[in-house]
Amino acid sequence: MSEVTNTAVDTAVTPGVALMDQQPDSTVPARSPLHHVARAQTGQASANARVFIWEEALKTHLVLRGNAESAGFRDGVKAATGLDLPEALQSQSKGDWSLSWITPDEWLLVGPGDQAFTMESHLRNHLDGHYAIINVGGGQSIVRLSGAEARSVLMKSCPYDVHDRNFPVGKIVTTVLGKTQATLRRLGDSDWELVVRRSFADYIWRWLLDAAGEYGVHVGPLLTAVRGQASQKADASTV
Amino acid sequence: MFYIYCPYCGEHREEEEFHAKGQAHLARPEDPDACSDEEWGNFLYFRSNPRGLYHELWVHAIGCRKFFNIARDTQTYEILETYRIGESPNLSQSTEQLQS
Amino acid sequence: MTQSNRLPRGGRIDRSRPLTFQFNGQTYQGFAGDSLASALLANGVDVIGRSFKYSRPRGIVAAGAEEPNAVFQIGATEATQTPNVRATQQELFEGLVSQPTSGWPNLKFDFMGVMGTILGRMLPPGFYYKTFMFPQAAWDTYEKYIRKAAGLGRSPREPDADIYDHLNQHTDVLVVGAGPAGLAAALSAARSGARVILADEQAEMGGSLLDGGDTLDGQPAAKWLKATLEELASYDNVLLLPRSTVNGYHDHNFLTIHERRTDHLSDRAPAGQSRQRLHRVRAQWVVLATGAHERPLVYGNNDLPGCMLASAVSTYINRYAVVPGQRLVLMTTNDNAYRTAFDWQDAGREVVAIVDTRQGAAGAWQAEARRRGIKVLTGHAVIEARGRKHVQGAVVSGLSADGSQALGSDQVLVCDTIATSGGWSPAVHLSCHTGSRPIWDDDVIGFVPGKTVQKQLVAGAVAGHFGLNECLEEGASLGALAATNAGFTAEPAAVPAAETRPETRPMALFCVPHHKRNSRAPKQFVDFQTDVTAAAIELATREGFESIEHVKRYTAMGFGTDQGKLGNINGMAIAAKSLNQTIPQTGTTIFRPNYTPVTFGAIVGRHVDDLFDPKRYTAMHEWHVKHGAKFEDVGQWKRPWYYPKPGETMQQALNRECLATRNSIGILDASTLGKIDIQGKDAREFLGRVYTNAWAKLAVGKCRYGLMCHEDGMVFDDGVTSCLGENHFLMTTTTGGAAGVLEWLELYHQTEWPELEVYMNTVTDHWATMTIAGPNARKLLAELTDDIDLDRDTFKFMDWRQGTVAGVPARVFRISFTGELSYEINVQAHYGLHVWEKLFEHGAKYDLTPYGTETMHILRAEKGFIIAGQDTDGSVHPYDLGMSWAVKEDKPFSFIGKRGMKREDCVRTDRKQLVGLKTLDPGIVLPEGAQAVDDPNQPKPMRMLGHITSSYYSANLKRSIAMGVIRNGHNREGDIVYYPLENGRVVEAEICGTIFLDPKGERQNV
Repeated sequence: MSEVTNTAVDTAVTPGVALMDQQPDSTVPARSPLHHVARAQTGQASANARVFIWEEALKTHLVLRGNAESAGFRDGVKAATGLDLPEALQSQSKGDWSLSWITPDEWLLVGPGDQAFTMESHLRNHLDGHYAIINVGGGQSIVRLSGAEARSVLMKSCPYDVHDRNFPVGKIVTTVLGKTQATLRRLGDSDWELVVRRSFADYIWRWLLDAAGEYGVHVGPLLTAVRGQASQKADASTV
Repeated sequence: MFYIYCPYCGEHREEEEFHAKGQAHLARPEDPDACSDEEWGNFLYFRSNPRGLYHELWVHAIGCRKFFNIARDTQTYEILETYRIGESPNLSQSTEQLQS
Repeated sequence: MTQSNRLPRGGRIDRSRPLTFQFNGQTYQGFAGDSLASALLANGVDVIGRSFKYSRPRGIVAAGAEEPNAVFQIGATEATQTPNVRATQQELFEGLVSQPTSGWPNLKFDFMGVMGTILGRMLPPGFYYKTFMFPQAAWDTYEKYIRKAAGLGRSPREPDADIYDHLNQHTDVLVVGAGPAGLAAALSAARSGARVILADEQAEMGGSLLDGGDTLDGQPAAKWLKATLEELASYDNVLLLPRSTVNGYHDHNFLTIHERRTDHLSDRAPAGQSRQRLHRVRAQWVVLATGAHERPLVYGNNDLPGCMLASAVSTYINRYAVVPGQRLVLMTTNDNAYRTAFDWQDAGREVVAIVDTRQGAAGAWQAEARRRGIKVLTGHAVIEARGRKHVQGAVVSGLSADGSQALGSDQVLVCDTIATSGGWSPAVHLSCHTGSRPIWDDDVIGFVPGKTVQKQLVAGAVAGHFGLNECLEEGASLGALAATNAGFTAEPAAVPAAETRPETRPMALFCVPHHKRNSRAPKQFVDFQTDVTAAAIELATREGFESIEHVKRYTAMGFGTDQGKLGNINGMAIAAKSLNQTIPQTGTTIFRPNYTPVTFGAIVGRHVDDLFDPKRYTAMHEWHVKHGAKFEDVGQWKRPWYYPKPGETMQQALNRECLATRNSIGILDASTLGKIDIQGKDAREFLGRVYTNAWAKLAVGKCRYGLMCHEDGMVFDDGVTSCLGENHFLMTTTTGGAAGVLEWLELYHQTEWPELEVYMNTVTDHWATMTIAGPNARKLLAELTDDIDLDRDTFKFMDWRQGTVAGVPARVFRISFTGELSYEINVQAHYGLHVWEKLFEHGAKYDLTPYGTETMHILRAEKGFIIAGQDTDGSVHPYDLGMSWAVKEDKPFSFIGKRGMKREDCVRTDRKQLVGLKTLDPGIVLPEGAQAVDDPNQPKPMRMLGHITSSYYSANLKRSIAMGVIRNGHNREGDIVYYPLENGRVVEAEICGTIFLDPKGERQNV
């Protein structure tokens, strides 16, 4: 934990901006947005499960705002994260960190949960010019969706075209999900990541479980032991 | 249900991701305080409603959150072009259409 | 064998799988592969309903979506009732239970039948408008009976036990209709690698290839069909959707497909499977291969059971091995329908005669008829069917060459079935859905799809190209074109050649003339479902309805659930003739979605029950549930409303919460307030433009309240914004306004002031916010923090500090919406529940009391604090609210709303202004919305002064308090106004200031 003072702001790193280490020590229990529902099933996944769903909870989520044309921003991000600023609808990852395009002047940096303050400080040391960094880790979470029918679940949920030709691995898109929204990223052939807002997480979780129901769903990551099952032919109702 | 080309995302997206924000190119007067009541009233409330080509402001609300303009045919609902804020449309309304 | 009309051989049914079903309380048997209609016909069930207006017996006319009469209620249990199902489209399954929906109270004797007989002449078109609509009040009474008699079926009284879902599809080529043209189109497109969806409303794909004895390359058509479907099914890029009706064609090639996934299996869907699915398809290119509907001819008593479409008779024979009678009279305007007579004869039944309306028709078809020994009467027409409940004979007369007059003497042909064909109407419905008007084509004798802006191609019969070879070739080439247009390299698939018999020109005839005028002739039905006759259409035109759209509405033609698929063209032709116009001059009504009725289940999909609407929860939601909170919906948020203790009424709970907060300490979950992080060197300037007050000098560590107005000067949101750093602010908004405010800020930043260096991001969900308020707030907070100096002079009202609360880094804002000493503690939401629970651990000794939104409302009203959206309604500016202190007029930039609130109307002195109101009887709580008047005895309509915006019982003040708007209210303090209520009571109230408690603000400055 950083030094906490009774002053309003810590201006050491970036003048004019209130940088704050928001994480308590590990004795304080943290509750992710889906802690109440997304408990992994214990034991073997059902042999019939063709959808696997789980939460990647409590990660660092930093929003970076800036101008991609500006060297002070672009090079600073590269220097601080080792990642190039992705182009529109693209994402990059390296080690535990991923950097995703969100809007033309906005990127999402996701990494290990205890790194928010360190990374924000690090970024602020490297960035120059007009930019902003916002810690949003408490306000969102990641839902992982995988399995042979993960794409079918997304087709039931989102109006965006999730076909291989339109949505290759690495692409990221913010779109409608059910009656709310999510940011979808394709991690692999049948492996997806959804960035969801905290207050909507419960709804999205229920929605996805419901949509996955007909395919057989397992809460928890896809285990190597059942990977074979998960690659059965996709549902006939999708192309 | 429109299929709208977002000039920032560079691809077509479903209408559900967008909000329509009304007539485009309504610049806020440089000096509002210098406007007469009538001028200000026109800025606030008067909009054209042509049959045919119409320019409208939309925002990619569930998407890149950017505002942009659409040139749309109000009869056929065809979207003729979309362009970023600060850019000019290739198509413009003729005087006739503005009057109708 | 009870299926008396079933042929021993042939058809596509499976005789090894008999199925038992019920209709109208009787049990019957059919076979797998039957439609409900074919099974009924097989069993000789001829009367399946009563007509809407005249209550005449009706039978099955068609074999597909155009069937107007056989519209049933399906369902074995209350929960599985489905109205409005066409028997021709319902596949038979074991245990199917069906009921006629018309013919109340029963098929054999019915009330409307008597009425129809007695009132026959009294039921002209416009009857309902003329009779039942006046007096207005009586409509409610009539409507109940009319609806019941009208055969619309009923909805289930129990919740639907099945689930329905949606699937979003994107495709390069959508082919609608899997007849010969559609199949060929799909084949061409599929081979290119394009994503293809082929949808067809029938259980089996093949369209007309399933119905007849066509041969392709010398082989039965079924062979090519099978090979084609197998090839299509083998492609990963092809989705075949049988039992799937493309029912809507919307803008930009968005189409909806209603797939009936399990309706053919049983009364209920198998567990876990959706019964029906709505595919929401965005197609790059669409090939419409929707075919055509055969047009019946209009003649006297043409609604008698036994009068059928010629092609339907062929379908029943060839596909279902059902011959619906013994002796057939076929009336036709074209060669093609001769096939029905040949099918009938091949089935071993008697063809009494082919009545061809064309004079001197002579060609290959007539020769074949003669070769078969079938009598052909050319230049003749059936002018009237005879029989009571079923066709017993056909009255045949000579016909003038132009079809305008019945000539000569009549002969009566004894028969039990009259099949007619007036030619084919292209199924242009989908092409009309986006507003394209179909065009009359004299060669086709029908409307074909008109100009469209959609990326749409039309192939085969829908384009007016009826020949099988034409259909196949056009389908193949347009399928390839669609794929090419969508960016693929495609070649038209090679298609087989059909053997065809040359056809001579058909005749354009719609309504067969009787010897008597249409108004005197036996009823000639045009629209069976709404009982519209030729005479009724003529009457409508005589009464001055010249536009076809008006004729339609006046007669109700095409208003049924079949949307006039069978009758509309005939009706338009009759109207045109009556108006002395051509059909193109008269024009056509256009079709709208949906093509066939869609269940509500399919429309709503999974947006039901828990998933109907998102419910947003705060990080402390579990605690609220555990502690018995009642919740209030604020936007999509579930906010605690109040926390009743066992046995408490709502008012008791509110009184307790209010007193506890003012006397000791209360706590509110304020996480739902909108929070926007604003960074950038121009942040301060930006705030100055969007808020009405000044921000230039707000120091780091300070907070300020602000009002937001639209350009018209009217307040739309408010909140506290804090200066986190010189270039860093945290804005709060109302709970419901959060998303709208951020979008509005972005609008101005992106479109008006892009030069301002500022970034705005929502952090609403990131922070959990808890407000502790009351005299003991500082004491409690002090127990949980050791790094924030809470001294009243160090940490002042409207200051914020960073520190640790309950071990969690926090930002604490000393701001107050209650007028009490109050701190808003913000921590990263993951830790919200922890801090909340720690506050309760330490707060027990102060009787820390959770309060909800209702107590929050009361406490703020005691202080006269407004709620944007409750005390404002978009017509109230800051001066109306008495908040001139929140407007800084001399800011250098003309902030949003400044000019608006200076308009002439906004500076009137008699505007409705926000004031406090005290009822003279302190026990009365005025209803919100109640209107004030100066004189309750004035005649109505009274001059209203304004309404109550907020009204509560205040336990702290032991009386009711209210806020409301009153004309010129700021100058009327002390006046009495009157609130006449709905119950006749008049409540007197005194106008006062809005601050009811602690006007000097001493409670929060401690």
